[in-house]
Amino acid sequence: MIWWIALRAIMAREALRFVQQRARFVAALVRPLIWLLVFAAGFRAALGLAIIPPYTTYISYETYIVPGLCGMILLFNGMQSSLSLVYDREMGSMRLLLTAPLPRWFILSAKLVAGAAMSVLQVYAFLGIAALFGITLKPWGYVAALPALAITALMLGALGLALSSLIKQLENFAGVMNFVIFPMFFLSSALYPLWKMAESSQLLYRLCAVNPFTHGVELVRFALYAQFNAPALGWTVLALAVFMTAALRGYDPARGMMTKKG
Amino acid sequence: MNGLDVSGVSFAYGEKQALRDVSFTVAPGRFCALLGPNGAGKSTLFSLLTRLFTTRDGTIKIAGHDLETDARGAMARIGVVFQQSTLDLDLSVRRNLLYFAALHGLGGAQAARRVDEVLEVMDMGTRARERARDLNGGHRRRLEIARALMHDPAVLLLDEPTVGLDAASRAGIVDHVHRLCADRGLTVFWATHLTDEVWPSDQVLILHQGRILADETCADLTQDTDLRDVFLIMTQVAA
Repeated sequence: MIWWIALRAIMAREALRFVQQRARFVAALVRPLIWLLVFAAGFRAALGLAIIPPYTTYISYETYIVPGLCGMILLFNGMQSSLSLVYDREMGSMRLLLTAPLPRWFILSAKLVAGAAMSVLQVYAFLGIAALFGITLKPWGYVAALPALAITALMLGALGLALSSLIKQLENFAGVMNFVIFPMFFLSSALYPLWKMAESSQLLYRLCAVNPFTHGVELVRFALYAQFNAPALGWTVLALAVFMTAALRGYDPARGMMTKKG
Repeated sequence: MNGLDVSGVSFAYGEKQALRDVSFTVAPGRFCALLGPNGAGKSTLFSLLTRLFTTRDGTIKIAGHDLETDARGAMARIGVVFQQSTLDLDLSVRRNLLYFAALHGLGGAQAARRVDEVLEVMDMGTRARERARDLNGGHRRRLEIARALMHDPAVLLLDEPTVGLDAASRAGIVDHVHRLCADRGLTVFWATHLTDEVWPSDQVLILHQGRILADETCADLTQDTDLRDVFLIMTQVAA
C-alpha cells in the first residue's frame, strides 16, 4: 500500500511539473513538428525510399519520419528527465526522495515510470497535431503503438537516469547533448532507413544497427502499423535492463558517484 | 531504544579520511548539538545518518533500527531537515506536506489530518494555501521542520537549519525545536557551527577533522565559561 501511495504521489508530482512547465511542453512539440513540416518537405525529393517493412506501398518521407520523430520526443524527454534529476540533486530535492523509507530501486523506477508516462502523452499530442496536417495512421495503429512507446520511453528514461548518476554538475549537461542525444538520433533509422546508410558507409551502418534508439524507433514504427517486431522489442528490453542496472549502481549509496561528491 | 546510536563509524572519500572512529549516543528525548568548523565532517556524518552514503566501518542505529540491516525501518523513524532547502517552491505549503506524507505511505484523510497537526505545531496553520515560494526564509525552514514531523519520527536530524536566517527567525526556530524535544520526547540531532543555538542542558558533540573531541552536556563542558571560547580553543588546539 505504501508503495502505491508513493508511486501515485511521484506520478502526480511529475504530471504537475509537466503542466507547470508549458514552455517545455511546447518546445518538445515544436521540435519534431519543424522536422516534420519543414525538414521533411525539403528532403522529400532528395531521399527516395524503397518499400520496406512495415510499409506495403510507397510512402511519403513525412510518413517515414513520423516514428523517428516520436522517438525524438522520447529521447529528448528522457534526457530532459536526466537534466531535471541532476538539477534535483544539486537543489537537494532528490535527497528528500532518496531518504524516503522505500527501496531505492522502487524510487528510481517510480521516477522513471512517471517520466515515461509524460513522454508518451507528448507523443500522442504530436501524433494528434500531425493528423491535423494530414499525416494519419489507422486507428488501431494508435492503440498498438502505446506499449511500444511505453517500452521505448522507459528505455530512454533509464538511459537518462544512468547518465544523471554520472553527471556531476549541471554545467556538464551540454556534453550529454553532444555525445549522447545527437549521435543517438542521427545514427539511427529515425530519419533514413538503414539500407540507405549502408550504401554510404558500412561502419556507420553497423553503428546504427547497434544503437538501441534504432530498435526503439523500429519497435514504434512497426507498432504504428499494428505489426510486431520481435528483434526490436528484444533489443529495446535488453537496453532497458542494462541502463536500469547502470542507474541502480550509480545511485547505490555504497558505490556510484553519490559517495564521490563529498 | 528510541534515540540515536553511532558506533565506530569511519568514512573516506578515496584517500581522504572524513570521519575516524566516530561513536556517540543520543538518548531518547535529548537535544544534541553537533558543533564543528567547516570541513569537520558534519555533512558526511549527516549523509551517513540519512543513508545517502553507507559505510562498512561501524554501525548506526536509529530508534533501535540498524541502518545497514533494517534501512527502511530506520528511515521510517527519522525526520530530516537538510542544510539546503528541499522544498518544492511551486507547490503550496499543504501540497509539499502531502507529497512528503505519500513518500512515507500516508495518504487520504490520515495525511490531511497530519498536515493540520504539524502546521499547528509549527504555528503555520494560516499559511497552508500559500506557495512555498512566497514564504520568507524563516517560514520556509518552519515548513521543512513541519514536513520532517509529518510521519511522527522518533529522531529529528537537522543539518545547520538556521543558515541564512535573520537573528529573530533563528532564535524562533531554535526555541521551537527545543520545545518539541521537551514536550514530545523527540530526539533531536542538530548540526551547527553557531554556539548560541546550544542551551546549557543540551548534549554537545564537538567534531573536528573527523574525530569527536567532546561529548557531554553543554554545562559540564563549559563550566561557566562561554561555549564559543571552549569550542574555539578545542578546535584550534587540535588543528
